[in-house]
Amino acid sequence: MAEIVLDNVVKRYPDGALAVDNFNLEIADGEFIILVGPSGCGKSTTLNMVAGLEDITQGELRIDGQVVNDKAPKDRDIAMVFQSYALYPHMTVGENMGFPLKLAKVDKSTIQKKVHEAAEMLELTQHLDRKPSNLSGGQRQRVAMGRAIVRQPKAFLMDEPLSNLDAKLRVQMRTQVSRIQKTLGTTTLYVTHDQTEAMTLGDRVVVMRGGIVQQIGSPQHLYDHPANLFVAGFIGSPSMNFVPGRLEGDGIVSALGEARLPDRIRQALERGNGSRDVILGVRPEDFEDARINGDKPGGRFSAPIDVVESMGSDLYAYFTLRGDVASSAELDDLAKDTGNDLHTDGTAMTARLDPTARIRQGDNVELWYNTDKLHIFDAESGRNLVGGDSQSAANAGTGR
Amino acid sequence: MSTQADLSRPAGGGHDADEEAVAIARKRASEGKKAEAKLGMMLCAPAALVMVAVMAYPIAYAFWLSLFRADLRTPDQNEFVGLSNYVTVLSSPIWWTAFGVTAFITVVSVILELVLGMLLAIVMHRTIIGRGLVRTSALVPYAIVTVVAAFSWRFAWSQDLGWLAGSSAPLTDRWSSIAIIILAEVWKTVPFMALLLMAGLALVPEDLHKAAAMDGGSAWQRFWMITVPLVMPSILVAVLFRTLDAFRVFDNIFVLTSGANETSSVSMVAYNNLIRGLNLGIGSTMSVLIFITIAIIAVVFTKLFGAAAPGSDEGGRR
Amino acid sequence: MQNETGKSKLMWLVIDLIVLLYAFIPVFWIISLSLKDSATLNDGNYFPRSITFESYQQIFANNDFTRALINSIGICLIATFIALLLGTFAAYAVARLQFPGKKIIVGMSLMVSMFPQIALVTPLFRIETAVGIFDTWLGLIIPYITFAMPLAIYTLSAFFREIPWELEKAAKMDGATPFQAFRQVIAPLAMPGVFTTAILVFISCWNDFLFALSLTSTSAARTVPAAMSYFQGATTFEKPTGPIAAAAVVITIPIVIFVLLFQRRIVAGLTSGAVKG
Ligand SMILES: Nc1ncnc2c1ncn2[C@@H]1O[C@H](COP(=O)(O)OP(=O)(O)OP(=O)(O)O)[C@@H](O)[C@H]1O
Ligand SMILES: [Mg+2]
Repeated sequence: MAEIVLDNVVKRYPDGALAVDNFNLEIADGEFIILVGPSGCGKSTTLNMVAGLEDITQGELRIDGQVVNDKAPKDRDIAMVFQSYALYPHMTVGENMGFPLKLAKVDKSTIQKKVHEAAEMLELTQHLDRKPSNLSGGQRQRVAMGRAIVRQPKAFLMDEPLSNLDAKLRVQMRTQVSRIQKTLGTTTLYVTHDQTEAMTLGDRVVVMRGGIVQQIGSPQHLYDHPANLFVAGFIGSPSMNFVPGRLEGDGIVSALGEARLPDRIRQALERGNGSRDVILGVRPEDFEDARINGDKPGGRFSAPIDVVESMGSDLYAYFTLRGDVASSAELDDLAKDTGNDLHTDGTAMTARLDPTARIRQGDNVELWYNTDKLHIFDAESGRNLVGGDSQSAANAGTGR
Repeated sequence: MSTQADLSRPAGGGHDADEEAVAIARKRASEGKKAEAKLGMMLCAPAALVMVAVMAYPIAYAFWLSLFRADLRTPDQNEFVGLSNYVTVLSSPIWWTAFGVTAFITVVSVILELVLGMLLAIVMHRTIIGRGLVRTSALVPYAIVTVVAAFSWRFAWSQDLGWLAGSSAPLTDRWSSIAIIILAEVWKTVPFMALLLMAGLALVPEDLHKAAAMDGGSAWQRFWMITVPLVMPSILVAVLFRTLDAFRVFDNIFVLTSGANETSSVSMVAYNNLIRGLNLGIGSTMSVLIFITIAIIAVVFTKLFGAAAPGSDEGGRR
Repeated sequence: MQNETGKSKLMWLVIDLIVLLYAFIPVFWIISLSLKDSATLNDGNYFPRSITFESYQQIFANNDFTRALINSIGICLIATFIALLLGTFAAYAVARLQFPGKKIIVGMSLMVSMFPQIALVTPLFRIETAVGIFDTWLGLIIPYITFAMPLAIYTLSAFFREIPWELEKAAKMDGATPFQAFRQVIAPLAMPGVFTTAILVFISCWNDFLFALSLTSTSAARTVPAAMSYFQGATTFEKPTGPIAAAAVVITIPIVIFVLLFQRRIVAGLTSGAVKG
């Protein structure tokens, strides 16, 4: 169990590529930290620096108050779970799990005992004598976990450990990972691409982009108060809808029509005295069929519905807004990551509506949206002008 | 990669600061990799030592010897003669005959090997029945000791004794002897050539053939316009190695003709001078000349075709 | 359509047959020679009319031959073992580690593989005479190791490259030193490659003729290929065709069986080192 501190950590590869810039994070003992961000943003690099597999260019890495920048991985007492599991194919499951202990010269009976304990926890007991090649994907993943657990390290590092599993297994393993971490209380740094993992597993989430930390906070906090367009668009699935707009008087004008802003937002905007050009962000669940919500305060507009998907508990309506498209470097990055960088005219929007809404494909429907939950971003800097916690927006790098 | 770095570059970061950081990164990396470098050198040391001890020193010694009159039959007449051994060898018709024979054997057999090797490679790659059997039996010539195969060919072409000779005696005539030497060389090395080429063929995606066939290419066109360009790197490597190998031809000639009827290769005359004639000075001179020729062939090949040395790539490390 | 595939099957059958004939005709010929009796030896027939093992009895009764066989086996096994040991170390370093001098070792082995052996004969002859290892096992083992080294390094480093990087990282995280990672994780995984390489290296040593001929003077270290060229007939007028054929068969059969058994691995080994993907 340990406290891990990354203090202004920089990673520059010898070829000059800056992979991680000024990374600051204090991980409390036993905390579960999630690292997310688009491909190539430096997540694995960060993890490898903590592991000792890559050296740190600048800054300090402290484990339990001790600077470990120059320590070899084997002297850091940290275990890692790899995306490909990296199981030793020539060793049995038991030998794989016992390998770290064997290297540490632990005596045989202790190794056996510990391996059995871990195997029990992971339901691997009957597979201990099999080779990894004879295991299913899920079992292999558990062996990889077991190998990390067995030696009771100071911390776990996991680099997309579940991404090679199929969807169903991933859900199962997700809960298991969470359970194990809670039981053992081991400090964990976990890299993922998966929205659900990011939202459900961690105590805190670190969002990275291009080597720079964008925001750090609890999943709910990031969801409700994204510091900028990037975090807003990255966290949440389906993701937030963005529409360009203008502040005019007490209201806001956009492709979503004209709407009066609630007092809370107006006050925040005055404080931020941002420009008049903004980008509106609306979460899919903040839309509703106008007929259902009657005359609740909020904005209203009509749009022809392109596609309707009924999921039983929810109803997703997809529609396209004509007119300008919100554009910014951050949004482009996001689009690239999701592969949606085809530019069409108009903005593709997603609304999550009440299942009782009677909407059909092709209908021109009046929709309502909750102005109280509106996110308003500076069109130029992408900063959240209303909901984001101002200090992390101003200095995204600093932890709490 | 670089766009990523650009995006994340701090707004105030000047150019100098960057360079400094890169320098730090390099230094750190080098510090961190010190143990690795040490291990690497330690692991390579024994192999390198053996190769240096057995190659570098003797070749220097051979060069040294080539500057002396060193004849074991007249040990008391040893003296430094400068380059005169080279003059002797390079003005000797025996040397040039052998050189011509070697070059001829090399060129003809490499061409034949390339053509037959390609055919065999295609057969091994495409045959629809007994692929395993074909591949296995193709390995047999590769595995057989050259001398054994050479004896087999010698007996086969011996008067009365051989099933191929009948009452003729082809190994007593210069050109038919050379033809048989080439036959023996080619027979033994076609499979090896074919294996190298087959590895190249396996890299040509099947879909490419299908696409070209859809585009209306004939089998012949597809071979020249798709297969050959894609297999070219393999071809070059294979041809380079076989050329160097063929130029050293010795075993077959020793067994088949012993160099009779002007069928000696350069290795053969060097051997005769060294071991049979015990004339170390002249023999060493020939050795050095062979070494230089081979080096020239290798350099010309790599420069001309950029034939990459196998194993010279760094290999992705992530 | 039916007819079409039938035709192409027939075509391939014929082609395959040609390949088989190509590969085996000289082999069967030497076998058949070794089985002919002295009366029919010179009849020029491809197949023997009657079979006799006289030639085999003759060579195994010949001390020079049995000695040469022992020399061949012993020298090649030892050389293979050492070349493999040193080659494995070097190949691992070349494939996996960054270190100064890597280019040199790769270039050096490339040079060795292109080196004309004849150029080494004199200096080795002189040096070995001076050191006193001329005409001994060691005198042959040393050049064999050297010339087998590039083959070993190329082939093995190709095998090492195929082992995923993450296994080494995992070993490091599990607390292994670089050497422990090599010894306990990588080396065991490379065993199939080492085995394949061993076959290739052994074949190349087994095949040597020039060194065996020039660095030996008695049957103390002379290997079979060299010994064969010194065979004498029972009388000076009798050509030793039968014994030579028999000796040839004796040193060929084991290798051929080896090759037939491990065909797949040998193909993989021969191609992996030479052609990059
Ligand atoms: N060894 C290296 N040398 C140079 N640049 C590298 C090296 N490894 C990674 N990079 C670069 O550093 C940046 C961060 O890479 P990293 O692997 O940390 O990304 P990641 O966030 O883990 O991405 P992914 O989600 O795809 O795994 C990338 O731009 C990458 O190209
Ligand atoms: Mg990664």
